Amino acid sequence: MNQAIPTTPEAVRKQAAATDARRRRQARPVSRQWRRRGLMTVYIVFVLLPVYWLLNMSFQSNSEILGALTLWPQDFTLEHYAKIFSDSNWYMGYVNSIAYVLMNMLISLAVALPAAYAFSRYRFIGDKHLFFWLLTNLMAPPAVFLLPYFQLYYTVGLFDTHVAVALAHCLFNIPLAIWILEGFMSSVPKEIDETAFIDGYSFPRFFVKIFIPMISSGIGVTLFFLFMFSWVELLLASTLTSTGAQPIGSVMTQTKGASGIDWGALSAAGVLTILPGIVVVYFVRNHIAKGFALGRT
Amino acid sequence: MNNKIYNNRAWWLILPMLLLVAFSAIIPLMTVVNYSVQDVFDANTRFFTGTEWFQATLNDPGLQAALVRQFAFSLTVLAIEVPLGIGIALLMPKKGWQASAILILVTMPLLIPWNVVGSIWQIFTRGDIGLMGWGLRELGYGYNITRSAVDAWGTIILMDVWHWTPLIALLCYSGLRSIPDAYYQAARIDRASRWAVFRYIQLPKLTNVLVIGILLRFMHSFMIYAEPFVLTGGGPGNSTTFLSQSLTTMAIGQQDLGPSAAFSLIYFLIILLVCWVFYTAIMNLQKDKQQDKGA
Repeated sequence: MNQAIPTTPEAVRKQAAATDARRRRQARPVSRQWRRRGLMTVYIVFVLLPVYWLLNMSFQSNSEILGALTLWPQDFTLEHYAKIFSDSNWYMGYVNSIAYVLMNMLISLAVALPAAYAFSRYRFIGDKHLFFWLLTNLMAPPAVFLLPYFQLYYTVGLFDTHVAVALAHCLFNIPLAIWILEGFMSSVPKEIDETAFIDGYSFPRFFVKIFIPMISSGIGVTLFFLFMFSWVELLLASTLTSTGAQPIGSVMTQTKGASGIDWGALSAAGVLTILPGIVVVYFVRNHIAKGFALGRT
Repeated sequence: MNNKIYNNRAWWLILPMLLLVAFSAIIPLMTVVNYSVQDVFDANTRFFTGTEWFQATLNDPGLQAALVRQFAFSLTVLAIEVPLGIGIALLMPKKGWQASAILILVTMPLLIPWNVVGSIWQIFTRGDIGLMGWGLRELGYGYNITRSAVDAWGTIILMDVWHWTPLIALLCYSGLRSIPDAYYQAARIDRASRWAVFRYIQLPKLTNVLVIGILLRFMHSFMIYAEPFVLTGGGPGNSTTFLSQSLTTMAIGQQDLGPSAAFSLIYFLIILLVCWVFYTAIMNLQKDKQQDKGA
């Protein structure tokens, strides 16, 4: 800092003001960082508060819930969880949900992988129209398909099976999987395919041995999204099932007993539906940001 | 994009997907089309009605009101969630364990089944057992979502913001992470203000992901069913009955096959039209980008 020594009072004032401004500029990032943290905390509290309340309810007995409002469980109880894990009506709801979600993930990925490869590598008659048509399925409101699905699956004898729900969720999950995978595949240079074919790899061998490992993070992200949209959808899932393959979501709506809604059990069941999601996010946390942009950033 | 090989054998790769999607999309859709132009009495008696159901649906004041509410709802949540999501993405830390922890916490609402989201907010906002309902009443506000349409609307919008802002935030977060550090360094050398950095570095990088985000958000908000159904049941009165719920009541509750099929098609076409505009926007953006690169 080779500043000239000030000679006039005005120059002194000017220099002091400049130094002051510089100091303030250096100091600001710290306060800004705290403001960032503060705002982020406010948002996280907003996210967590309703979930905390659900958790709070799930550990209270029904008499405590309906008695006075308490900010945390006064007499901590696991009775609702015990009930869910001991009553087959309840826990079969989870088994059913997980069963059709896994089936859907498997089916969707199996047919979406080659299709996405075709879209990312080749031009063919009607490719753009086909891609747009696929995306329109993503936009179809489940309510529109409610009645026809019910009739279709009833006719072919799939009503109230896991396969029915898994197939119904393919409606939006296959287009989604193709969309995401196409993005990830397009970022793999085409020279890799060409080199492999020159080296004498057949297409299936190249696809399984070389290509799939290269887009493994994309596949992980795709599976995450398939899980997400199949796990959260309920309108189709509950319409296409009655007792044999009923998802947990529709079991929950039947907690209205003679004495009104069983709030404790409802809360505990709700908490248990959140957990699989958190586990799944944990596994893909490093790729999720890219995945949310559908591999297109 | 432009160096794809022209090869019609690619259809073989598409085929399995096509068969499956045809089974779960084309056949049901044809059923809907079939119903929409006929009056079905029983398995053997049916009459061709032409466009009668479509006219009836378009002139039904109840459905018109639901459509208006639906647009009002979708635009409101977009107007809140997009800026809020961008803001949160800017606040999210980029490194360290906090980044992972906040990422997981922010994503959490997206992975809760939609009817459970409704239940969570039902429990949270009830006047007797809910923290928010109780809290607002303690503060002297006569909060009641089963009586007041304003309260019901406010709560549903708040719930949707809670539920879906993370989607926009995560999309923007991923967009922001793809900006090279050199851009920020250049901005610092130029003494660019915080606003200038946002406007000329960050926002241009976000346009692509924001188009995807707005598209997804519009689609999902336009199809919203489970959350308001659980929380308010469409009430008080019809004030929070959106299109999906009107349709389900009509198709399942009243078994009006013809009108509900016509309604389904109109509903689908509206979403399709709006999304087509967005899709062309995405394609044009990508084209512009490629031209920029080429130039």
